[in-house]
Amino acid sequence: MFEAFRAILMRDLTLALRRRSDIFTTLFFFVIVVSLFPLGIGPELEILRMIAPGVFWVAALLASMLALERLFSIDFDDGALEQMLLAPQPMFILVLGKVLAHWLITGLPLVVMAPLLGVQYDLSTTALSVLLVTLLMGTPALSLIGAIGAALTLGLRGGGIMVSLLVLPLCIPVLIFGAGAVEASVSGLGEAGHLYMLAAILVLSVLFAPLATSAALRISAE
Amino acid sequence: MSNRLINWFKFASPATFYPLAEKIWRWSTLIAVVLIAVGLYMSFFVAPTDYKQGEGYRIIFVHVPAAWLSMFIYLVMAFWSVVGLVYNTRLSAMMTSALAPTGAIFTFIALWTGAFWGKPMWGTWWVWDARLTSELILLFLYLGFIALQGAIDDTRRADRAGALLVLVGVVNIPIIHYSVKWWNTLHQGASVSVSSGSSMSSIMLWTMLIMALGFWAYSIAMAMARVRCIILERERDTTWVSELPEVRQ
Repeated sequence: MFEAFRAILMRDLTLALRRRSDIFTTLFFFVIVVSLFPLGIGPELEILRMIAPGVFWVAALLASMLALERLFSIDFDDGALEQMLLAPQPMFILVLGKVLAHWLITGLPLVVMAPLLGVQYDLSTTALSVLLVTLLMGTPALSLIGAIGAALTLGLRGGGIMVSLLVLPLCIPVLIFGAGAVEASVSGLGEAGHLYMLAAILVLSVLFAPLATSAALRISAE
Repeated sequence: MSNRLINWFKFASPATFYPLAEKIWRWSTLIAVVLIAVGLYMSFFVAPTDYKQGEGYRIIFVHVPAAWLSMFIYLVMAFWSVVGLVYNTRLSAMMTSALAPTGAIFTFIALWTGAFWGKPMWGTWWVWDARLTSELILLFLYLGFIALQGAIDDTRRADRAGALLVLVGVVNIPIIHYSVKWWNTLHQGASVSVSSGSSMSSIMLWTMLIMALGFWAYSIAMAMARVRCIILERERDTTWVSELPEVRQ
């Protein structure tokens, strides 16, 4: 079972490394969106420091939506997905492997990049580290929840927009607690409560989202 | 016992449910009209003016029942989704999609009347507190469900994908319901509860209950009318539909 998990993880990572543009589009989207806000709002550091958590989280949310469409569609088009559904290994493990690979490709670069961009917003070192931790816990949850939407809209016309419509409402709690943690830390309230909630969301989505995703894949690939 | 079970499953077939739906639709329309008329009269002329909130409070007679129903309809949709996924009955998926627009409308009414109530009481149309936000998410969930059903041409896939989406979104319902308890927010706590009774005067409570029942009857009537249309649309190639008097004309 673990073999299958490792195999699918390695396969998706190799595929992504052969086609590097996928990694960079998401990352550049995130960087550009985050850099647009100071241009639109004005360069006052006081305001920027205040809006930074929200801006980073909304940008991360949108960037992860952007990448979702490709999560299953390539495998669906060339028939690999059907083979996975027929495989003796549980679909739960395969989906988990695919989502982890997807997060490593699109989510992790974004998390690594965030502190660097945070400096542009004049965030303090503690706020930066909290931002890093929330993104590290939040973006995998976004990928897991988003996978449900990606599986449901597989092969539909206008699938990309549809994914956002279905998934964004479900992602709002992640956004609230992620941005809330950084805000609480900036204002000196302590970020622990928000971080615990975020960790709880992550644990629950690791447990349940792959189940819902595999059910959705079975429906879509029928 | 077994006899009763067979009777229930008899109505799982669209052909037998269709005439029953017509009867339910007629009766619940009648009940809805009467109850809502009585309820509106009571809420405007019978219920006393609130000593703290003045006349503006009267909007809760629409707001609270609409908010109750917005959540309850989602739960009913979730129930039919489970039934549809487990028993693979076509009718349950039709019920789910028939309920969705009514649920979305009630969610919208709850938000809208809440804004009307909020302006004089809180001094603002909208605050980003937990209950308002989670109710807004509920509206998005309804819209997402309707959009997903609209985007899939294959009805079988649309039914099952929609059912799964409803079940994923059901997480939101307890969050809305307990939001006023979990977070100390601007939205006031529940005025009516099963365990400790109500914190309102009894005439206000009765008005609210009558309105709630009227809205229930309205939702049932709308769902039945819509499910009849869906049945006709999906079963248009069958003989029983072509033999219906209203189709033959």
